[in-house]
Amino acid sequence: MKYAFSLLAVIALILVAGLGSLVPGMQYLFGVVIPYLAIMIFIGGFVYRIIQWAKSPVPFSIPTTCGQGVSLDFIKQDKLDCPTKTSEVVARMFLEIFAFRSLFRNTKSELHNGPKITYESSKWLWLFALLFHYSFLMIVIRHMRLFVEPIPFWVNAVEAVDSMLQIGAPTLYLSSVGLVGGVLLLFGRRLVSRHVRYISLNNDYFPLVLIFAIAATGILMRYFMRDNIDIMNIKQLAVGLVTLSPVIGAKIGTIFYIHLFLVSTLLVYFPFSKLMHMGGVFMSPTRNMANDSRAKRHINPWNDPEIKPHSYAGYEDEFREFMVDAGIPVEKELTAVKDEA
Amino acid sequence: MYNKGTIIPGLIIFVLFVTFPIWFNGLSAAPAPKPEMPPGGEKKCVESAEYMRANHMQMLNDWRDNVLRDDNRTVVEVEGKKYRKGLQQACMQCHTNKEKFCDNCHTYAAVNPYCWDCHLTPKEAASKGGTR
Ligand code: HEC
Ligand code: HEC
Ligand code: HEC
Repeated sequence: MKYAFSLLAVIALILVAGLGSLVPGMQYLFGVVIPYLAIMIFIGGFVYRIIQWAKSPVPFSIPTTCGQGVSLDFIKQDKLDCPTKTSEVVARMFLEIFAFRSLFRNTKSELHNGPKITYESSKWLWLFALLFHYSFLMIVIRHMRLFVEPIPFWVNAVEAVDSMLQIGAPTLYLSSVGLVGGVLLLFGRRLVSRHVRYISLNNDYFPLVLIFAIAATGILMRYFMRDNIDIMNIKQLAVGLVTLSPVIGAKIGTIFYIHLFLVSTLLVYFPFSKLMHMGGVFMSPTRNMANDSRAKRHINPWNDPEIKPHSYAGYEDEFREFMVDAGIPVEKELTAVKDEA
Repeated sequence: MYNKGTIIPGLIIFVLFVTFPIWFNGLSAAPAPKPEMPPGGEKKCVESAEYMRANHMQMLNDWRDNVLRDDNRTVVEVEGKKYRKGLQQACMQCHTNKEKFCDNCHTYAAVNPYCWDCHLTPKEAASKGGTR
C-alpha cells in the first residue's frame, strides 16, 4: 500500500495549490514566492549534497570491471568496460550518462524446471528509463520558450521536432506521450515485478506519482482546460521571475498554479531524495575511476602520513626480548643480535 | 573536499545550466508584444478577446473539423456582418495583417503554426489574386 500513500500525498498537494490559489491575494504566493523558494532550495541543496559527497574519501580503488582488463599484448582489452586511461573513463561515463549502459546489462536470474537457473539481461528498465529521461529533457528544453526572450534557435528546433506529427492544435508533443508512457511503465514495473515490488519504498513511488501529476496537469492545461491559459500572460510571469521583477498580469487558470506548485515540490524534494542520482552518477567511484591500481598506487586518503610503514624485521627488533620470553619463535635469536653489536 | 579540480567546475556548469534563463535574459527582457488590432476598424472578435487569447487554436481546429469532416460550413456573424467559417474567410478578413497580428504573438510564444504551408496569408492571397 506504499503507492497509495504517495498517491494521497500528491492529491493533498494538488488540493493545497488548487484551493489555495483561489484565495484572493494568494496567487502571488503560489506564482512567485514558492517558485523562488523552490529554486533556491534546489540549487542550494544540490550543491550541498555534491559537496558532502566530495568530502567523503574513497579508500580503495573500486571501479566495477565488466570486461577484460589490460593484460598481455595479444589479449584484447575491453576499453569501455575495464578502462585504464582517463579518456576511456570519460567514454564510459559518457555512455553511462547518455545511454544508461549499465541498465542495459540489468541481469535477471530465473529458476526453471530441472531445477536450472538462467541469467538473462532484462532490457525493460533500460528502455523505459531511456524513454522517460529523454522525454523529460525535451520537455525541460521546450519550457525555456516561456522563460527567455528572444528565444534561441535550439528551443524552436526542439519544439519543431517534438510537434512533428502535427496532430491537432495546439499540436500534440511526442515528449508528452513519452513522459507519461515512461512514468506509467516505470510505475507498472514496480507493481508487476515481484522482486522490484518487494524492495520498493515510498520514496520510489512518490517521485513517479509526482512526475505523473506534473505531466498530467501540463497536458490538461495545454489541451483540455485552456480557460485563462493565455501563454502570453504566463510567459510574462515566467520571464518576470527570471528577470527578478515578477508580475501576475491577467487572471491565470487554477490548473496553472497546481502545475507550478507540483514542479516546485519536485524541485524542493529533489536534493533530498534518490533523484540526486542526477548528480550522483558523476560521483560514483565504481564508474568514474580507472582500473589502473596495478600501475598507479591508489593512496587511501584516510592514511595518516605520520604512520610510517613497519616491516616485520623492524617489529621483531622492537619486541624480540618479549617474544623470546613468551616462547614465540624469532628469525634472529637474541644471541645473534648481541654478536652483531 | 577531494577532487576539487573536477567537482568545482562541474558544480559551476550545473549552476550555469540551471540559471540559464537568468543570465541569458541578463535581467531584462523585451516586454510581450501587442498584436495589431484589425485595421478595418472592427470592434469585436468572434468570441470575447479573453477567450480568443487562450482558445483560438482549439477553435480553429474545431472549425476545420466542422468544415472538412462534418460538412458544417455554418456562417459566423459578428456585428451584423457574416463570415464563412474558416481561417482565411473569417480570421484573416479582419486580422488582415498576419505578420503584425498572429506572428507577433507566435514569435514571442515560439509557436510556428504550419497552417501557412497551404493556406495563404492575406498578403500572399493579394499577390496571387485569390480569395482563399
Ligand atoms: C494574443 C496572442 C496571439 C494572437 C494574436 C494569435 N495567436 Fe495563435 N497562438 C498564440 C499562442 C500563445 C499559441 C500557443 C499556445 C500553446 O502553446 O499552448 C498559439 C497557437 C496557435 C496555433 C496552434 C499552433 C501549434 O502548432 O500548436 C494556431 C493554429 C494559431 N495559434 C493560429 C493563429 C492565427 C491564425 C492567428 C491570427 C489570426 C493567431 N493564432 C493569433 C497566441 C496568439
Ligand atoms: C469581425 C472581425 C474579426 C474576425 C472574423 C476575427 N477577429 Fe479576432 N479580433 C477582432 C477584434 C476587433 C479583436 C479585438 C477584440 C477586443 O480587444 O475586444 C480581436 C481579437 C482577437 C484576439 C485577441 C488579441 C488580443 O491581443 O487580445 C485573437 C487571438 C484573435 N482575435 C484571433 C482570431 C482568430 C483566430 C480568428 C478566426 C477564427 C478571428 N480572430 C476572427 C476581430 C475579428
Ligand atoms: C496540407 C495543407 C493544409 C494545411 C497544412 C492546413 N490546411 Fe486548413 N485547409 C486545407 C484545405 C485543402 C482546406 C479545404 C478548403 C475548403 O474545402 O474549403 C482547408 C480548410 C480549412 C478550414 C475550413 C474553412 C476554410 O478555410 O476553407 C479551416 C478552419 C482550416 N483549414 C484551418 C487550418 C488550420 C488552423 C491549420 C493549421 C493548424 C490548417 N488549416 C492547415 C489545407 C490545409
